[in-house]
Amino acid sequence: MERSSANLWRKINSRYNLVGCKCQNCGTLYFPSRVVCRKCGRDSKITEAKFSGNGVISSYTNIRVPPDSFKDEAPYTIAIVKLDEGPSVEGHVVESGGEVKIGSRVRAVFRKMYVEGDEGLIYYHYKFELV
Amino acid sequence: MRDVAIIGIGLTKFGERWDCGLKELMVEAGIAAIRDANLNSKDIEMIYGGTMASGRFVGQEHTAALMADQLGLHNIPAVRIENACASGGTALREGFMAVASGMHDIVAVGGVEKMTDVTSGEAATALGGAGDQEWELFQGITFPGLYALIAKRHMHDYGTTEEQLAAVAVKNHHNATMNKYAQFNKEISVGEVMKSKVVADPLKLLDCSPISDGAAVVILAPLETAKKYNDTPIKISASAQASDTLRLADRDSLVELKATKIAAAKAFAMAKTSPSAIGAAEVHDCFTIAEILAMEDLGFYKKGTAAKAVEDGETAIGGRIAINTSGGLKGCGHPVGATGVKQAVEIATQLRGEAGGRQVNGIEKGLTHNVGGSGATAVVHIFERYN
Amino acid sequence: MLYGIVGYGVYFPVYRIKVEEIASVWHEDAGSIKKGLNITEKTVPAIDEDAATIAVEAARRAVSHAGIDAGEIGAVYCGSESHPYAVKPTSTVVATAIGAGNNVMAADLEFACKAGTAGMQIAMGLAKSGMIRYGLAVGSDTSQGRPGDALEYTASAGGGAYVIGGGKDEVIAEITHTLSFTSDTPDFWRREGASFPSHGGRFTGEPGYFKHIIGATKRLFEVTGMEASDFDYAVFHQPNGKFPINVAARLGFDMKKIENGLVTPMIGNTYSGSSMIGLAATLDIAKPGEKILVTSFGSGAGSDSFAIEVTENIEKNRGRSVKVRDLIEKRKIYVNYSTYLKNRSSIRKK
Repeated sequence: MERSSANLWRKINSRYNLVGCKCQNCGTLYFPSRVVCRKCGRDSKITEAKFSGNGVISSYTNIRVPPDSFKDEAPYTIAIVKLDEGPSVEGHVVESGGEVKIGSRVRAVFRKMYVEGDEGLIYYHYKFELV
Repeated sequence: MRDVAIIGIGLTKFGERWDCGLKELMVEAGIAAIRDANLNSKDIEMIYGGTMASGRFVGQEHTAALMADQLGLHNIPAVRIENACASGGTALREGFMAVASGMHDIVAVGGVEKMTDVTSGEAATALGGAGDQEWELFQGITFPGLYALIAKRHMHDYGTTEEQLAAVAVKNHHNATMNKYAQFNKEISVGEVMKSKVVADPLKLLDCSPISDGAAVVILAPLETAKKYNDTPIKISASAQASDTLRLADRDSLVELKATKIAAAKAFAMAKTSPSAIGAAEVHDCFTIAEILAMEDLGFYKKGTAAKAVEDGETAIGGRIAINTSGGLKGCGHPVGATGVKQAVEIATQLRGEAGGRQVNGIEKGLTHNVGGSGATAVVHIFERYN
Repeated sequence: MLYGIVGYGVYFPVYRIKVEEIASVWHEDAGSIKKGLNITEKTVPAIDEDAATIAVEAARRAVSHAGIDAGEIGAVYCGSESHPYAVKPTSTVVATAIGAGNNVMAADLEFACKAGTAGMQIAMGLAKSGMIRYGLAVGSDTSQGRPGDALEYTASAGGGAYVIGGGKDEVIAEITHTLSFTSDTPDFWRREGASFPSHGGRFTGEPGYFKHIIGATKRLFEVTGMEASDFDYAVFHQPNGKFPINVAARLGFDMKKIENGLVTPMIGNTYSGSSMIGLAATLDIAKPGEKILVTSFGSGAGSDSFAIEVTENIEKNRGRSVKVRDLIEKRKIYVNYSTYLKNRSSIRKK
C-alpha cells in the first residue's frame, strides 16, 4: 500500500528506536505513544520514554499468506513481545528458523519493513531477533 | 423505552456473486425483507446500513443513502454504520435504539459487502484496516495473523489442539449444507482442514471464513404493534455492545475478547436471562479459534473447555447448544458488513421454526454475537419468541 | 591530548553462501576458486537488510562499546558503494536510529571500498580541530557481484563503525597519524543506474590495489619514521584472501601480524566494511601499547593509511561489544543460490 512520506516520517523515532511514552501522573508506560493515559484520562502527564527492545515472546505466528506489499518477504514470523519495561508490542522476528517459542527472549534489531517498488521509499523499522 | 421486534427478514445467497454489484445485493435482500414484513417501501421511516469497506472494495462510499435510493425508500433518513466486521450488528443496535426510543416506528437495518471485485491481496489489505493500521497492518500483520496469535496462545495455555479448531469448521460446513443461502454446500473433514494450506500457523485455509458477497436486511417495529405486520414477530430482548483496544498487543489477555465478555454480561442482564436459556447462538467465527473464544467469553463454556465441547458434538444441532446453525461465517460466508444482520436473520428463522433441516427443536431464545477486528468491537443481541 | 578511536562495532548478516554453491551454478571448479581467492564462503544479506540497516547495527554497537551518550555525537559519515538511495542519505537514517539528535553534521561518502576509512579521517579532523566532541564513521555494504562474475564469490555484506574523539581517559586506540594516497585509476566502477559494477580484471591488481596500498603505507612510514617492525599488527583492505597476504609480505609484515585481522576468507569482501572489520578483529585482541597499521583501498583509486596505538583504556571497554571472531562463528545459516538471489532481490514475485 502506498503511504505518504509524512506518514512514514511522523512516527520515525518510534519505528526506529521504540520510543513510546510514560504517564508521569501514574507511572504507566506505553508503546506506541498515546496522547491520553488509559488510567488517568484528563489528568495524564505524558512524556517520551524509550524502550530497551528486550522482551519475551507471549505469542507468535508464521505468516504464509501476506498482504501484497509483503509478498517477497513471506513467510515471516510475527510475535507479540512483552517488553521488559511492561508494554507489549507486535513485531517481526528475523531469522527465527522455526526456533521461536512462547517465552523466548528477544532483542530489537533494525531492518527494512518494506520497500515501495523500485522507485519509492524504503521503510525501516524495529524488528526482533532471538537472543 | 419500548420493546422492539423483528417483523421482516431478507437475505441474498452468500458467496461469489459474479452477477451482482453492491446495489443488486442490497435490493435482493431489502425487497425480500419488505415482502416478508408485508410492508410497502413507503412504510419505512429510516434505514441503517452496515458496510465495512465498500470504498476499498468497490470505490463506493455513502452506501446507506444508496440503499434507500435503490430500494425506493424515497427521501427517508439513511445512515451508514461502519464498525469493521461488526458493522451489521452495530447497525442492528442503532435500529433497535431508534425504535425503542420512540423516534421511529418502522426501521430497516441492512448490511452489505461486495468483496469479490478485488484480488484476495487487496481484500486482505482492506480487512486489515479493522486492526491498528499504523502498528499491525503496517508490519504486514494480517487478520488471520492476529487470530493466529490468539490461537497459539490459547493452545499454549489450555492445550487446545489444531484438530479441535478444525472440528469447528467441520460442524459449520455441515450446518451450511442445510442452508440454501450459504456460500458452501459441501461437507469437509478434520483431515481436509488439517491438510489445507497454512495461512498463518496454526490457522489453515479451512480455519478461515471466506471472501464473500452478500446482503441481509431486517425490518424492526415496536413489539406492541408487531403482530399487525407479521404472525411471528421476534422480540429483541437485549442489545449490548462494548469496545476494546484496536491493537491486539494492548490487551490484558490474548485468550479472551474482553469486549465480548462485557457485551454478553450486559445483554444477559438486559434480557434477564442466562447462557443456559439460549437454544441457538450465531457467533462470530471469522476463524475457528474465534468460535472457541466466543463460546467461552459469552459464558456458554468455562475458559479452556470450549474446544473439547465442539469436538464432542455439544454445539451441533441437537447438542447442548446449537452454535452457528446457519453455517456461521465459515460455512455460510462472511460478507463483512452483512454478517451481523445475517446472524439476526438466522436466529429469527430458528425462533419462527422455519429453519427446515437445521431447525433447533424447542428453541425459545437465541443470541447473536458480532465482532469487529480482532475484538475491538463486540455486539451481542438476544432474541426470543413472542406469542 | 589523544585523538582516535573511542569505541567500535561491527555487524554482518547470519546468512552464508559457500563457494561450492556458487561454483556449481556456473560449472566452475570450486577447489581452484577457493585456493585462488583464499575464500571459503561469504555473508549474504537477509531480504530485509541493506547498507543502512547494517550501518545502524554496527553504529549502535559502536556507541554502546564507547559507552557514550549518542547525543554527544556531532558528526555522522556513512561510507558505502551500495547506499539504498541514490538521493537521500544513509547517514540521516543512522543518526536518527542511534539517537544522535538533530545537531549533527552528516553526509554519505562513496569511495568504493575505502569510503568508511575516509569517514574516519574526516571525523578525526573534526574532533581534533574541536569542531565536534565525537564523530561516527561507518563503512557498510551489501556489495554487488554480477552473476557469473569472479566478484560473485567474494562480494558480501557487512559493516564496521567507529566512534572517533579525543580524551586521555576515553580513547582506546590513538590514531597517531593518518594520510592518503590518491590517483585517477579506472580499475573498477559502477555507473549511475547500473545494477552491477564493472572492473578491469587483472588490471585491478598492480595498478590498483597494490600501487595504492604500498604508496600510502610507504608514505606513512616516511612521514612517521616508522617501519613494519614497529607495528604489532597490520590490516589491509581484503578484496579476497590473497591480496592482503601478498601486499603484507611486500611491505615487510609476516603472516602473524595480519592473520588476526584477515576475515575475508570466512565472510567475503564487505567492501566499505572490509578494513574496518579487519581493524575491529585486531582491536578485539590487541593489548595496551601495541601498534596497528591499517591501510584501506578504494578503487578509482586511493588508500587511507593509519598508524594506531592501543591505550590502557581498551581494557575498560572489553566485553561491551561482541567480538568479530564470535560473530563469524556464532550463528550461520547457509543458503542455496536461489535463496541468495531472492535475498538480493534479484528475483521477485510479481
